[in-house]
Amino acid sequence: MTTTDSVRNLTLKIKRYDPERDEKPHWEEYEVEVDGHDRVLDVIQKVKWYQDETLGLRRSCAHGVCGSDAMRINGINGLACKVLVKNLQSSLLTVEPILGLPVIKDLIVDMKPFFDHYKSVMPFLINDDPPPTTERLQSPAERARFDDSTKCILCACCTTACPPFWGDQKYVGPAAIVNAHRFIFDSRDRGAAERLDILNDAQGVWRCRTVFNCTSACPRDIKVTQAIQEVKRAMLTGDIGFDPST
Amino acid sequence: MNYHRFDCIIVGAGGAGMMAALESSRKVGTAVVSKLYPTRSHTGAAQGGIAAALSNLEDDSWENHAYDTIKGGDYLVDQTAAEILCKEAVDCIYELEHMGLPFDRTADGRISQRRFGGHTKPNPIYDPSATPGTDAAKPRIPVMRACHAADRTGHMILQTLYQQCIKQGVTFFDEFHMLDLIMVDGECRGIVAIEIATGQLHTFHAKSVLLATGGFGRMFKTSSNAYALTGDGPAIAYRHGLPLEDMEFYQFHPTGIYRLGILLSEACRGDGGVMFNGKGERFMDVYAPNLKDLASRDVCSRSIEQELRAGRGVNGKDYVYLDIRAETINKYKTSPTGSDVDSHWVEKRLPDIIDFARTYLGVDPIKEPMPIQPTAHYAMGGVPTDVHGRVLRDTSGEVVPGLYAAGESACVSVHGANRLGTNSLVDLIVFGRRSGKDMARYALDREFQPFPANPEAPTRMAIDSLLSRPRTEPWVKLRDEMQKTMMDDCGVYRTEERLTRARDTIAGLQVRYKNLGLQDKGTVFNTNLLEVLELGCLLDLSEATVASALARKESRGAHSREDFPNRDDTQFFGHSFATKHGDGQPTVTYKNVDVITLEKDGKTTTKYPLEIRKY
Ligand SMILES: Cc1cc2nc3c(=O)[nH]c(=O)nc-3n(C[C@H](O)[C@H](O)[C@H](O)COP(=O)(O)OP(=O)(O)OC[C@H]3O[C@@H](n4cnc5c(N)ncnc54)[C@H](O)[C@@H]3O)c2cc1C
Ligand code: SF4
Ligand code: SF4
Ligand code: FES
Repeated sequence: MTTTDSVRNLTLKIKRYDPERDEKPHWEEYEVEVDGHDRVLDVIQKVKWYQDETLGLRRSCAHGVCGSDAMRINGINGLACKVLVKNLQSSLLTVEPILGLPVIKDLIVDMKPFFDHYKSVMPFLINDDPPPTTERLQSPAERARFDDSTKCILCACCTTACPPFWGDQKYVGPAAIVNAHRFIFDSRDRGAAERLDILNDAQGVWRCRTVFNCTSACPRDIKVTQAIQEVKRAMLTGDIGFDPST
Repeated sequence: MNYHRFDCIIVGAGGAGMMAALESSRKVGTAVVSKLYPTRSHTGAAQGGIAAALSNLEDDSWENHAYDTIKGGDYLVDQTAAEILCKEAVDCIYELEHMGLPFDRTADGRISQRRFGGHTKPNPIYDPSATPGTDAAKPRIPVMRACHAADRTGHMILQTLYQQCIKQGVTFFDEFHMLDLIMVDGECRGIVAIEIATGQLHTFHAKSVLLATGGFGRMFKTSSNAYALTGDGPAIAYRHGLPLEDMEFYQFHPTGIYRLGILLSEACRGDGGVMFNGKGERFMDVYAPNLKDLASRDVCSRSIEQELRAGRGVNGKDYVYLDIRAETINKYKTSPTGSDVDSHWVEKRLPDIIDFARTYLGVDPIKEPMPIQPTAHYAMGGVPTDVHGRVLRDTSGEVVPGLYAAGESACVSVHGANRLGTNSLVDLIVFGRRSGKDMARYALDREFQPFPANPEAPTRMAIDSLLSRPRTEPWVKLRDEMQKTMMDDCGVYRTEERLTRARDTIAGLQVRYKNLGLQDKGTVFNTNLLEVLELGCLLDLSEATVASALARKESRGAHSREDFPNRDDTQFFGHSFATKHGDGQPTVTYKNVDVITLEKDGKTTTKYPLEIRKY
């Protein structure tokens, strides 16, 4: 094991904002003792539990699967529970809320606009054929076609790292496109045409300028930009690799 | 006032809650109230699989599944409920697939299945006279029954159910935290919840309410459970004088990441992984000669504890190894098909597990073994229900009109004294669906009953006094003490002495709890307030757990008393019901286990005869 037990001190700088007390956001600093196993989430919670209980953040699973604690960590989007302090080079750790969504309090942003974009791409299987009495068949290759986009946990790390989204929050954003991709390329789905239509809109995929921020921000290692490119290509060629009318 | 009215209110948006909502909302007005965004629920953390005897890769039957479930639960399983679970499992999996769930596939396009601990079928070549240790000497052998989507099955279930809820237009109150049930004349008429973003209280008037708030592993120090798993539903029911069933049965999963408790799925061992002690010995050879690493969880966790106590941890520390390297799987011939595998295969089957180990342990499991220790994982106990999800008032089986429970917060009981892996997800789906159906039926049959005036008053008072009290000590001190006590004195092994100490410690913490004050006096997203309210729930559940553990003077399934090492079917073949009356300790009474009997040649026999549980 390469874990270290060594204890050291770290300065945690947090961008704070409490609508009931503050006119505008401001930075606050805390000294925290950390060890080699600590996640950024642990460091923040040490402050919340043992120094300042008023600090606001969301978290639940603490191991990168629920998508609650997306934030900007030393200027880069990530899940606080998936970044280990031992992997941070400096002894200063800064955290601030993700960009592009309204801040409610401290590290907590309003996720509603994000989920509204997600819902707008019809993120559910569309197939009105009467199902067989057992499972629908799907070959391992057909299943593999959309595997990557099934991993999404809707954390918003990608969308809130996207410069076009910062510029205009009407853009559906990479997360919504990933979730459209999840269904467009599923051999059991019959809704590709409708979804491609939605994404062909002024607020759709063409907003993406292929900056790759989203891909490097994704804590689930989803090839976000590639998924977007595949959707664009399907739109231009009309080809999704199978015939949805059969 | 923030008053809402729906036929059905579902509290909790995990697998159980959303499955129920999909059912009830087809027929009656339904709203889901959840303190987390639905997709943040801990069902999404489930990894390995969901059990159903589909026979896609080898012959299997629901009867095999029922036998395993009942034996796995050390016979404290209600047998009619277990049969329902195993029969309806098959149809439920197809329903999930039709909803779009992306299961892994077999070569011929069907749902892929893998092995999991305690899931077996009769050995076709079994010969009772065979030399012990040979293949023919094993009465039962592992079977591939766990349907899976890589090692993120729960994630796919949660996403798929949420997608279907969106499609069906189910109403959600996201980030609303239930704080009370509204009970009138012994009936449930709704709930009180706080809107987290504003701090405002809302009342929900309903004909039927479902508690689907999930587990409560956070009462222990090391747990695989999310921070949000604080047992709010069962705790609130308990405060209303309703019983909690089988609380002493809390499952410790053998393979948690050392120190952090993050789960490494049993699928690791289902796919051939092996555990080793510090001397490099495959210790499960000794404790479970037939199923070895695929024995059930309670057995494996106790075996690890025994190894650690005997000083056979790795490097003298309190952990052992879990090894999923292809060369290990090949050396011990533990791959599911018996043929050799390579690291590419392992990576494809267990991508998330490998990622967890790399991220949190700095260990690459393709090349090195992973340090593990048991972690508090699953509550077999909870709010007692019948097979329609209706909450029971007492051991007589009378139901509480309008109140339902499902999922980990409920106790049907299909898991008895120890749950088998992959049987929780299927419990959510089967009994979530049944609850939703029955809630709709009940709501259609009935008018809204009068709503009491100011039902939120007690909640408002509790919050106001918390916010106005001076802060005498940090609330986390209480939480840390509770978690340490429950881990050390009410963990894998228990004794009268340690449980008595735990009882007194928890009682002391409850007194101190009444004086707690907060630093955050705000209304917007006051997570300080919510964490303290959640601690109150965990303390009440700890009290019920310790009381039930003290009362059960035997060892069965996950409840292991060193002072009473044997199962005692004459005295303790029953479900414990812990009930609170005013202040002080709860009373513990017992309800009969539902046993299926058969009539043959004028004689009555039991369908699942009690056996000594060996693997
Ligand atoms: C790491 C891990 C891996 C697992 N792997 C498997 C597996 O492979 N197979 C298997 O069968 N089982 C597995 N389990 C067990 C299984 O996942 C859980 O038992 C199951 O998901 C619980 O589902 P649920 O619907 O009851 O609750 P959850 O999914 O936990 O949902 C609880 C819901 O209740 C809400 N809630 C809680 N309190 C309140 C409140 N006060 N007000 C409003 N809402 C509230 C939450 O917001 C949440 O939506 C695993 C468990 C863990 C921890
Ligand atoms: S690749 Fe497209 S979606 Fe992703 S960050 Fe860049 S512009 Fe945004
Ligand atoms: S694509 Fe990745 S970064 Fe974007 S929401 Fe999904 S998981 Fe998060
Ligand atoms: S807390 Fe769940 S992703 Fe970080």
